[in-house]
Amino acid sequence: MSEFLQQVINGVSLGSIYALIALGYTMIYGILRFINFAHGDVFMIGAFVGYYAAPQVMKIAGGSVFLSAILVMLIAMIVCSVLGVTIEKLAYRPLRSRPKLTVLITAIGMSFFLEYGGQLVFGPDPKLFPTLFPSAAIVNAKNLVISTNSVVVIVTALALMLLLRLIVFKTKLGTAMRAVSYDHRAAALMGINIDTVISFTFVLGSSLAAAAALLYASVYPSINPLMGIFPGLKAFIAAVLGGIGNLFGAALGGLIIGLTETFVTGYISPTFRDAIAFAILILILLFKPSGIMGRHEAEKV
Amino acid sequence: MRHWKICFTVVLTAVLMLLMITCGSSTNQNEILIGEYSSLTGTTATFGQSTHRGLMMAVQETNDSGGVLGKKIKLITEDDQSRPEEAATAVTKLISRDKVVAVIGEVSSSRSLAAAPICQANQIPMVSNASTNPEVTRKGDYIFRVCYIDPFQGEVLAKFVFNSLKLKRVAVLKDIKNDYSIGLAQFFEENFGALGGEVVAVQAYSEGDADFKAQLTALKGSEPEAVIVPGYYTEAALIVKQARELNMNMPIIGGDGWDSGKLVEIGGAAMENTYFSTAYTADDPDPVVQNFADKYKSLYKDIPDAFAALGYDAGMILFDAIRRAGGIDGAGIRDALVATRDFRGVTGLITIDKDRNARKSIVIITVVNGKLTYKETIQP
Repeated sequence: MSEFLQQVINGVSLGSIYALIALGYTMIYGILRFINFAHGDVFMIGAFVGYYAAPQVMKIAGGSVFLSAILVMLIAMIVCSVLGVTIEKLAYRPLRSRPKLTVLITAIGMSFFLEYGGQLVFGPDPKLFPTLFPSAAIVNAKNLVISTNSVVVIVTALALMLLLRLIVFKTKLGTAMRAVSYDHRAAALMGINIDTVISFTFVLGSSLAAAAALLYASVYPSINPLMGIFPGLKAFIAAVLGGIGNLFGAALGGLIIGLTETFVTGYISPTFRDAIAFAILILILLFKPSGIMGRHEAEKV
Repeated sequence: MRHWKICFTVVLTAVLMLLMITCGSSTNQNEILIGEYSSLTGTTATFGQSTHRGLMMAVQETNDSGGVLGKKIKLITEDDQSRPEEAATAVTKLISRDKVVAVIGEVSSSRSLAAAPICQANQIPMVSNASTNPEVTRKGDYIFRVCYIDPFQGEVLAKFVFNSLKLKRVAVLKDIKNDYSIGLAQFFEENFGALGGEVVAVQAYSEGDADFKAQLTALKGSEPEAVIVPGYYTEAALIVKQARELNMNMPIIGGDGWDSGKLVEIGGAAMENTYFSTAYTADDPDPVVQNFADKYKSLYKDIPDAFAALGYDAGMILFDAIRRAGGIDGAGIRDALVATRDFRGVTGLITIDKDRNARKSIVIITVVNGKLTYKETIQP
């Protein structure tokens, strides 16, 4: 029983990181109706920003672990937001009136550009991510271990998701986002600046990816320029599973993928881990293309 | 019509450039060309860089003392980016384009296994510096190595856990994508079982993974007294770190794939109470080792690890064989390599056995206060 609960904790901690990345996929799809395949690589850039910023910030912040962790996270979120908006402006905006397939291919190109450009700039060898907050194990009577790392990951992810919900449902820009996702043209006629809303969506998605990257790198402190590929793909599957375009669905999908991976690895074999994640994707596309939480809607990609 | 012209121009330029590249490499009569393929970048970059530095030192020392057969050694190095398919491309290039007389490499068994058949088919002797999987030299009679093989390392590790640490129940966590890891795990399990120990659980991961908590949690359930992780340092350090986070404080033991400064850098304080076997340590008081370590330190401002020593030995054994062969003919060098007896290398007294493997001593390293520390030497 204690082993099972332990696996649940492992799975939830991994799943909440996937959920944060999946939110970016789902929001951009909701607004622009295309998959931003470079999203996983924005996640990677977030980790590298943390890698370069952390030593400087720790010097400035002195001994305060909490302050420096928050500062590093903010810096990574800001840099990734700027990156996300720039990618959209340079690569996606000029193609907005073209067929969706064109933008999709550009996104794949952008993804390769970031991955191999990253190898050029950061070097291809794995780097050790600095310890932002030291990890300790909290043990309870039944020999169940919760590391402080897992707690930080789950709590931060939850807080960011609640904050996102607040922004999307309670602010003017959030309302505008929802209006644009419903109908571009009608929203524009109502006086909403579509470009601003799209840029804002990229800011939200990219900063969540940056936050996810710092959590991921804190738990698994070896980072490299290709590290975004698999978490990116898993988060994409999570978004589709939850119903792409749906915020709650993305979070739920992330958790399901994280738990499935952990259970498959722990009880069956890690050989099947990735295969099962992709099998889920295929099954969902075959039997319920709109995902768990999504509504059906005719779409041409 | 215009498109046709553009296409023609592009193809013509490409052909001309290819011709220029192939004609560019001309052989110099006063040089002996030696090829090296190595993981200078990629997941095991530190291994490749270390062996490369060791080999360059051997080349420099040999050339400074007059070279081999009155000629200078010229080393041509190809980076295989830690990928087996690149290793195959690299040796093909070295043999067919650069016309090297012998090849040195690789650290990883997977990469050596990809390159060895190519060397064998071309009858070019290949000396692996650190590939420990037995299959490597079985690829043919032109394939040699200067390190010990996994059956021996597995046997030593099993003896060490059973006799020195006095532990009877162990769990194994191996890398299923890596021939070296699978082999070492298998030979450990066989020997540990023969001694009377019990392997209570086996789990696997894949090179490049970052999350091992699911496997570790499953292993923890079977209550092992030690965990054997026969993989490479990047994953091993993360595994140890996550094991400690799950409150698994038993000894964790690995092979020479752990031998890198990065191990302690990544693993940090979690690395206490871990052990691994390797070919050599710079702490060895032997004057041959100390002399090598001093020279290396003055050249590279770094303490040489086992891979640097193996890279050096691989070069020195090959140059010695060429000297004894009296020529650069592939078959001649091969016969001289086969006849190598009690060669005084940095990593011990090396004898090439009938299977073209090296027989020599092995050392156990442990981590004390964040430092890799010599524990004991085990003779063959």
